[in-house]
Amino acid sequence: MSTELTTRQKVEAGLARRRRKEFTFRLVGMFATAVGILFLVIFFATLLGKGSSAFSQTFLQLNVEFNEDVLAPNGELDLIYADFDGLIRTALLNELPDVSGRGERRELYRLVSIGAGYQIQEMIAQNSELMGTTQSIWVPVSANVDMLMKGNIDASLDESLRPLSDWQIGWINKLDQAGRLDKKFNTALFTNGDSREPELAGIKGATMGSFFMLVVTIALSFPIGVAAAIYLEEFAPKNRWSDLIEVNINNLAAVPSIVFGLLGLAVFINWMALPRSAPLVGGLVLTLLTLPVIIIASRAAIKAVPPSIREAALGLGASQMQVVFHHVLPLAMPGMLTGAIIGMSRALGESAPLLMIGMIAFVVDVPGSFTDPSTALPVQIYLWADSPERAFAERTSAAIIVLLGFLLLMNLTAVIIRKRMERKW
Amino acid sequence: MVAIEQDRKVTQLKTAAMTETTDTPTEHHVDLAVPGYHGQEVELGRETVGNVRCDNAFMVAENVNVYYGDNHAIRDVTLEIGKKQVVALIGPSGCGKSTFLRCLNRMNDTIETARVTGNILLDGTDIYSKQQDPVALRARVGIVFQKPNPFPKSIYDNVAYGPRIHGLAGDRSELDGIVHSSLERAGLLKEVKDRLEEPGTSLSGGQQQRLCIARTIAVNPEVILMDEPCSALDPIATARIEDLMDELCEDYAIVIVTHSMQQAARVSRRVAYFHLGYLVEVDDTDKVFTNPQHKLTEDYITGRIG
Repeated sequence: MSTELTTRQKVEAGLARRRRKEFTFRLVGMFATAVGILFLVIFFATLLGKGSSAFSQTFLQLNVEFNEDVLAPNGELDLIYADFDGLIRTALLNELPDVSGRGERRELYRLVSIGAGYQIQEMIAQNSELMGTTQSIWVPVSANVDMLMKGNIDASLDESLRPLSDWQIGWINKLDQAGRLDKKFNTALFTNGDSREPELAGIKGATMGSFFMLVVTIALSFPIGVAAAIYLEEFAPKNRWSDLIEVNINNLAAVPSIVFGLLGLAVFINWMALPRSAPLVGGLVLTLLTLPVIIIASRAAIKAVPPSIREAALGLGASQMQVVFHHVLPLAMPGMLTGAIIGMSRALGESAPLLMIGMIAFVVDVPGSFTDPSTALPVQIYLWADSPERAFAERTSAAIIVLLGFLLLMNLTAVIIRKRMERKW
Repeated sequence: MVAIEQDRKVTQLKTAAMTETTDTPTEHHVDLAVPGYHGQEVELGRETVGNVRCDNAFMVAENVNVYYGDNHAIRDVTLEIGKKQVVALIGPSGCGKSTFLRCLNRMNDTIETARVTGNILLDGTDIYSKQQDPVALRARVGIVFQKPNPFPKSIYDNVAYGPRIHGLAGDRSELDGIVHSSLERAGLLKEVKDRLEEPGTSLSGGQQQRLCIARTIAVNPEVILMDEPCSALDPIATARIEDLMDELCEDYAIVIVTHSMQQAARVSRRVAYFHLGYLVEVDDTDKVFTNPQHKLTEDYITGRIG
């Protein structure tokens, strides 16, 4: 009786201390979580704050006369050398007739993006009946005008401290008051390749480059990774060699990605003479990078298949191969796919190894095949972040938003695949 | 010191074997589990008491030894299993009954450290010979495990799996026939015939085990091995499986591992008592349970070991 009391007393004496410890631990945990969430919120807020403006672009409405004398100086339509810019200039001068003198005119012309001329060229190419008519069209303004309209250039600064002159700002205000300037959705961002002019620069080239690379990567790394995982897990004898292989695969997963880039440079470009800057080589390098991830995830998924299923199939007389393909693989597939998609999203976000194989080049054309020179989304972000123009800063953020969107989409797919296949089995 | 202690145990055992022992069962068990117990081999293992032979032997194990690495799990076991006969393997945990059972259709092949010596003949051919494909063997010697382990597929696909991989059915209607008759013989058809497309895992534990039996007999094996098939089931489900075994033994030889002496008494024709890897006693069930010849068997079935 007395010992029972002392036990109870001892427990009660220590109880307060235990509760206090638990409370402190909870507090620390909550603090850690809050810090994490806070940084995430700050990250997304700044990103969206900086990047969202890049999704719109200022356009100028001009009444352009498709003058036959300019377009077809020799009586025949000249789609290559015709002075399309001249049509834009004429239209601009018509809009602001007070402008006189060469200097003033030159500054006026700079308000409109050089893309405006290409726009006219394209319109004529698609529909030659426009010749001789006057059309009211919206053309993109230059990046500096766009920045002014978005409030990123302070007009109250001294003229020498800002990229737009007093004259230019005066004309812009005039056009704006006349309702000739309007912000529209920036389709160029998604339909154009890279460009020196921010208002014409887009991520299509980089996105296509990334897409081609991921196609190569998934096509190679998933089958190879899954095959390696199945062999190592189900068929390979367990001995010193398989231990060595296992350790090395785990080590490979931790190798810095730029090392894979150097390997790719040495093997694929220098030795195998594959083209530089090509998504094919990028995909091969990213395959090396994601293989260990996929092998490790697939092995874990195979290991998680209950041995009772294997025994059941073996006991019925299924061969090792049938056990694997009829039972183990279907059950392990959700885990394998999840691993593969996570590997893919890692590959999509990689830039370091791509720098080594020349995918950092300034590529204007949108790549159409696996061997066309191209760049990748993260590399494009790096390139734009490096550019001095103010307009590239917001495009950098916009490209990051797009990249994050893709990553989110891929991870979401992984979750959905896992959920759906788990329900089926 | 060790030698003296071993001597002491030997005397202890000899006296125990001769007179009515006053030892507590646990002490007895611990004594036998001491490594270096070779002095007792002759007395305990080499000569199995009772009758290992039987009429109409279909599966014959001769001097079978199984090693898991350095662990000698089965020591020199000789046992015959007759046609249309239920043989129960009993014994305390870790005595090697499941290991022996798994030798009979080479399931031990999957354990890399396992090594089997001796001969096991199925209908006169050595199942461990090089010409014997384990896949073909397992189609002839089916196995039902302790825990019901249906595939995560439909009930139909569970039963149809064996016939499919072995190509036993020519067309769909033949396969349907095999599935239905197998479920019927496993006593499950009435309960599931309207939901053959539902997953096998949605059944109750007892139903799942009968599904596993149906899956096994769908391949039409010659011998069915059962490794404690009822240990995870309630008494009602157990009774159903036992009834089922009664029916199945009209066509198949059945070897069942069980921890329940009552079950062994109910379902089996012959009983084999294993102890520490030795086959101690084999005889007709009623003989073993009413008049065990070996002291260890008696201790076990009277509940002193186990």
